Amino acid sequence: MAPLIRLTGITKHYATAGAMDVPVLFGIDLAIARGEFVAIMGQSGSGKSTLMNILGCLDSPSGGSYELDGRDVSALGDRELANVRNRTIGFVFQGFNLLRRMSTEDNVALPLAYAGVGRAEARRRAREQLTQTGLGEFAARLPNQLSGGQQQRVAIARALVNHPALVLADEPTGNLDTRTSNEIMEVFTRLNAESGITVVLVTHEPDIARHAHRLVRLKDGLVIYDGPVQGAAQ
Amino acid sequence: MSYVQVLLEALRAMAMNRLRTALTMLGMIIGVGAVVLMMAVGQGAQTKVNQSIATMGSNLFIVLSGAVTSGGVRFGTGSAQTLTVDDATALAGLSTVKGTAPLISGGFQLAFGNANWGTLVWGTTPDYFTLRAWDTDEGELFGDTDLRSASRVAVIGQTVAENLFPDENPVGKTLRIRNSPFTIIGVLARKGQNLDGRDQDDTVFVPISTARQQLIRTPFPGSVRMIMAQAISEQALAEAEAEMTQLLRVRHRIREGQDDDFNLRNLSAVAETAAIAARAMSLMLGAIASVSLLVGGIGIMNIMLVSVTERTREIGIRMALGARRRDILLQFLTEALVICLVGGSVGLAIGVGGAWIAAELANMTVEVTLASAGVAFGFSAAIGVFFGFYPARKAAGLKPVEALRYE
Repeated sequence: MAPLIRLTGITKHYATAGAMDVPVLFGIDLAIARGEFVAIMGQSGSGKSTLMNILGCLDSPSGGSYELDGRDVSALGDRELANVRNRTIGFVFQGFNLLRRMSTEDNVALPLAYAGVGRAEARRRAREQLTQTGLGEFAARLPNQLSGGQQQRVAIARALVNHPALVLADEPTGNLDTRTSNEIMEVFTRLNAESGITVVLVTHEPDIARHAHRLVRLKDGLVIYDGPVQGAAQ
Repeated sequence: MSYVQVLLEALRAMAMNRLRTALTMLGMIIGVGAVVLMMAVGQGAQTKVNQSIATMGSNLFIVLSGAVTSGGVRFGTGSAQTLTVDDATALAGLSTVKGTAPLISGGFQLAFGNANWGTLVWGTTPDYFTLRAWDTDEGELFGDTDLRSASRVAVIGQTVAENLFPDENPVGKTLRIRNSPFTIIGVLARKGQNLDGRDQDDTVFVPISTARQQLIRTPFPGSVRMIMAQAISEQALAEAEAEMTQLLRVRHRIREGQDDDFNLRNLSAVAETAAIAARAMSLMLGAIASVSLLVGGIGIMNIMLVSVTERTREIGIRMALGARRRDILLQFLTEALVICLVGGSVGLAIGVGGAWIAAELANMTVEVTLASAGVAFGFSAAIGVFFGFYPARKAAGLKPVEALRYE
């Protein structure tokens, strides 16, 4: 079976105001199979956020090819990319990124709305998802009436509501205390183990990365380690 | 995302920033309100002018006597009294002239019982009523027999009837004009105001022969104050004017190079000028009001641009969740459109209300037409799309990764 993600020779450089392009990724080769739980680590400036954005189809690579779920997404247009983000990928961000003026239920229902699901059905499914995440009673609340951990769980519910093949979590515990962080990581672990959802996690904290099974370490735009979490050197 | 949902989102976004939404709307409200009100005022003025023109009679000329100069004092138009009944008859003989009526006039106090009323009394021929297309509401007009026999009969206007005979039918009653008794044989139909704003119904008509005998002393027998003439058609107006001028110059023995001793006025030209002026005023009012609509539209664009910048991160989140560029474009466009349409509706209501107040309190003639309401509403929608499009496109053109990174 083909891997869910296959990156071949991915490069990325940013055009700046000056004449020089700033290179960030120097040719990344990476394959991630379905059902894996991968942590991507690296210091700031290592290119891990850029890689994350490319994986999430939020940014396009300058060179190389990216196959997601059997499709070459580096060749897709804006419209198809939006569809990929909508149906294949679920995002969890460091700052939760919930929309402030919407109830948690409407936040969770938003990806469904963009998928063309009717309002009533979208709400029903959103409530179901919230209940599964243990937040059913907070459906009508606004995000800022919830604690940080609760908000991140709402964000996870939102990421999952469209049954994506891949969940991308970008520093999901960056704004949380240790105990809450562990709770959130428990949620990811359970998701991966019970539902078989592929989870790719970007973090700079080794404690958090330890929840994953596989570790990919970046430095200066190159993969310098790719192997099991247990065997990795600090 | 369905349109209903887009609309709900737009309403939610507007509700988040109530004061800002209200202020933005105010621009539209004032703009649309001003357009509706100004168009109503302009339309009203046009209608009033057109009504006055319709009551005047068509293709009419007025010939007045010229000015007399005595010892260096110029007495003004009509002071010369050079026109005669014979002039009127001669003018009526021209091929381009359908008919003429000589007129003499004087101000008199009228009395009936204990009531009295001052007005202008006109002596004329029965042709005058044909020229003006003026008939009676009650009773009848005087005829040629009355003219020949100088009967003491009078036809009165509605205003005179109302003032002297508030509760009874004037026909058959005897009216005293400066102590001379006249039998009222008819009450004229209502004409309303003329172009100068004078009440055309405040008047009394008697046969010109009777007027000369009983009421109005003229400088010499047969002299008249003015002659009203009607051309046979609109096309013949210019020709009729030339022929009448020529004929009168010959009859009055005016040599080549000498000024006319009479004054010929084309009333249709006057009417047309008034109509053009009214139309121009209507257009100008509309144009001035449109400026405020434009300013309102720019206000909307301004606010939408601020809103796009403020909500950059939200746009990024929506894109990450699967919003296409079209969804984002539609969302911001809808917001602009809703602001415009709601503002437009309120403005329309205020404009109509303002027109009503102007009509009731200031006693102005205003006319709110369906077309002006439609134009205002269509305009506000067009402004929403026009001024909302640029900010919406700006929002939709954001790169997801950059929008998400925006603090």
